[in-house]
Amino acid sequence: MNLLKVSNLSVAFHTRDGKTQAVDNVSFAVAHGETLGIVGESGSGKSVSCYALMGLIHSPPGLIEKGTALFDGIDLLSASEKTMRQIRGKRISIIFQDPMTSLNPYLTIGDQIIEPLLLHDKISRNLAKQKALTLLEEVGISNAAVRFEQYPHEFSGGMRQRVVIAMALITEPELLIADEPTTALDVTIQAQILALIKKLQQQRNIAVIFISHDLDVIRYMADRTLVMEQGLIVEQGHSKTVFESPQHPYTQKLLASIPQKAKASLYQFRPKQADALLSLSNVSVSFKSRESRFQAVNNVSLKLARGEILGLVGESGCGKTTLSQSIVKLVDIDCGEIRLGEQSLHQLNPSKLKLARKHVQMIFQDPYASLNPRMTVFNTLAEPLKIHRLIDKKGMRDKVLSLMADVGLDPSWANKYPHEFSGGQRQRIAIARALAVEPQLIIADEPVSALDVTIQAQILELLLVLCQQRQLTMIFISHDLAVVRYIADRTAVMSEGQIVEINNTETLYQQPTHRYTKKLLSAKLSSLSAEH
Amino acid sequence: MATDSLQNDHDLIFQQGRSPWQDAWYRLKQNKLSIISLNFLILMVVIALITPWLAPYGYETQDLALGASGPSIQHWLGTDIHGRDLMTRLMYGGRISLLVGFAATAVSLVVGVLWGTIAGYVGGLTDTIMMRIVDILYALPFMIFIILLMVVFGRSLLLLFLAIGLMEWLTMARIVRTQVMTVRNQEFVSAAIVTGLSHWQVISHHIIPNIIGPVIVYITLTIPSVMLLEAFLSFLGLGIQPPQSSWGVLISGGVETMEEYPWLLIFPGLTLSATLFALNFLGDGLRDALDPRAISDR
Repeated sequence: MNLLKVSNLSVAFHTRDGKTQAVDNVSFAVAHGETLGIVGESGSGKSVSCYALMGLIHSPPGLIEKGTALFDGIDLLSASEKTMRQIRGKRISIIFQDPMTSLNPYLTIGDQIIEPLLLHDKISRNLAKQKALTLLEEVGISNAAVRFEQYPHEFSGGMRQRVVIAMALITEPELLIADEPTTALDVTIQAQILALIKKLQQQRNIAVIFISHDLDVIRYMADRTLVMEQGLIVEQGHSKTVFESPQHPYTQKLLASIPQKAKASLYQFRPKQADALLSLSNVSVSFKSRESRFQAVNNVSLKLARGEILGLVGESGCGKTTLSQSIVKLVDIDCGEIRLGEQSLHQLNPSKLKLARKHVQMIFQDPYASLNPRMTVFNTLAEPLKIHRLIDKKGMRDKVLSLMADVGLDPSWANKYPHEFSGGQRQRIAIARALAVEPQLIIADEPVSALDVTIQAQILELLLVLCQQRQLTMIFISHDLAVVRYIADRTAVMSEGQIVEINNTETLYQQPTHRYTKKLLSAKLSSLSAEH
Repeated sequence: MATDSLQNDHDLIFQQGRSPWQDAWYRLKQNKLSIISLNFLILMVVIALITPWLAPYGYETQDLALGASGPSIQHWLGTDIHGRDLMTRLMYGGRISLLVGFAATAVSLVVGVLWGTIAGYVGGLTDTIMMRIVDILYALPFMIFIILLMVVFGRSLLLLFLAIGLMEWLTMARIVRTQVMTVRNQEFVSAAIVTGLSHWQVISHHIIPNIIGPVIVYITLTIPSVMLLEAFLSFLGLGIQPPQSSWGVLISGGVETMEEYPWLLIFPGLTLSATLFALNFLGDGLRDALDPRAISDR
């Protein structure tokens, strides 16, 4: 029997630009104890359709145009606010994406966990606390009695998400909506949290709607899968069927976008010269705060040959970004030496530094933050050319337009502003800006992490082609192991400020030697689901 | 024809790449209310400039026999209790009010933006020292400070501008500093540094354009408050002295006699309100025009 049955749901947002159809005539059902996965790219309407069930769509601008959502005989879309209050948080719970913002920093963990119990079940505080402590132990928080009295900032990201899960489960809901619950977490933590949700779901026979953009996660979690594109359900069925023999072209495209090493072999034979372009010896960087000193990068040595792509992987806080920033001198190093060719980078006077900057460029993670919102594409791309006096005024226009063409942007967009572009297009602008001064070394800090999987594949392709055409050397930083395997010739694994292992990419992925590398690789979901 | 020339214009700009200012001007021109306001303000400034030749009477010419009279052919806006022509006094008053408003705001703009930008951009000890100076100045009792200035240096208009400007830049510096600290941590600033821009280029190309919105809003709030502050200081005898006048002085005079001679309040009040409205509309328009994201909403 179905616990939830959604029929013909349509949601639209009305803005000054006109109407956007976020969810278009969507129907699906969830049975007791079943996990339904909803997968799609950003803007596909996967979150909106679930928020509509919970009455979380702000109106205006949002409007639920039509549809019904029968939950155990009650239509969630037309129920009164009073009925909804009895269902929300009691019979249907939700886990949000970001555990850093979904907990109130001013209340103890304990107070937040027992709040729904006090509200819905009207039981005494002591009894509620007993229940909460049992549940905290169950979601893997040891020393629960002490942790109960602590505040969110005293927990790590993964621990917070465990707390959020405990909070969602304490009222023993029949349906749990999990909206990208592991997207903000590191890969090893992600594996733990997913296994936890799965275990609890089976023990308690809860129905789960699991929303994610990550195909591996959905494949691992869901019994049945919905694929959404632009507000429509394009395919639904048993996960095994959907993933193994996708019918709809969009699903096929999604699945084909998962980076695979096979495709990169085309570019394997790029010429490499023996001399090192970049060499780091015993580099250390630390940050000092009032009480403590944090060693972000600890005694790192590294050599990079001309024309090589080095992947740098590690979990958040491992120092990979700090290391990259020290190479472009956004942070100063404590000791050690960084050499680019023959030049030592950290003792240059300002004019020499400006010259050196021409040779090393950086591509940043978030294409929404890395472009000045008040500059047109033309000015963004012309700026480095002007600063380094690479070209006179007359040639400027042609140079900028050809740069745009190189990265696959229509040159007639030159006078547009960043907000008029999509994420993938913005990242192309950022790449063009890095290429403008014709650098020898490019440092790409998680350049595809903020992008959807189909766009991600295009940008990776572009980076590979550009590297080959222009004989570029690149350091490619990512937390995503699959992406690094796809693009990198050699891979370095960082943990707690140190490089623990470095080897040719395929060797490293197939025969990891360091135990941290093994742990990282075993947390990959494709290997998990294989065991499953 | 018109679209043709627009297209040529567009092509010409396209060849050089537009500066943010050209774009902003282009967008401001689309906003009718702002353009009307801008024209009104220009008109007020022009009138203020040529008042000595334009005014029908002298600002201190009294007609005691006439006394206070309502609007008439001879005196369009009426006269005050000394029989002085109100329109003439409004025109002369405008010279003082606009001058105080713009000059003091300009002082606060230049000093406040520079101070706040440097403090916010450099950060650390520099920031601490610069902002403690602001705190100390905040703590000074403003009235006593001005009285002291007037006693030591004698009463002068220049000193009045300076004194008001010196007070207004403090808030400006704080607003700018906070904004700069947000903007400078964004990735596009790092990207600019990596590109090879000097710190000064980073500030002028990337930081200032991104903090201009709140600055303009604060300016449109500062100008009226400065004009009213001048009226208050004059009322205390610290500002400008009779028979000279300003809009603020005329209004506070008009309030005292508003039951017998309402026009003495109504006309100066209307003039001041219209100017302030124009400033606000222009400020709104400028803020939108300087933000490329705002147009796509329209």
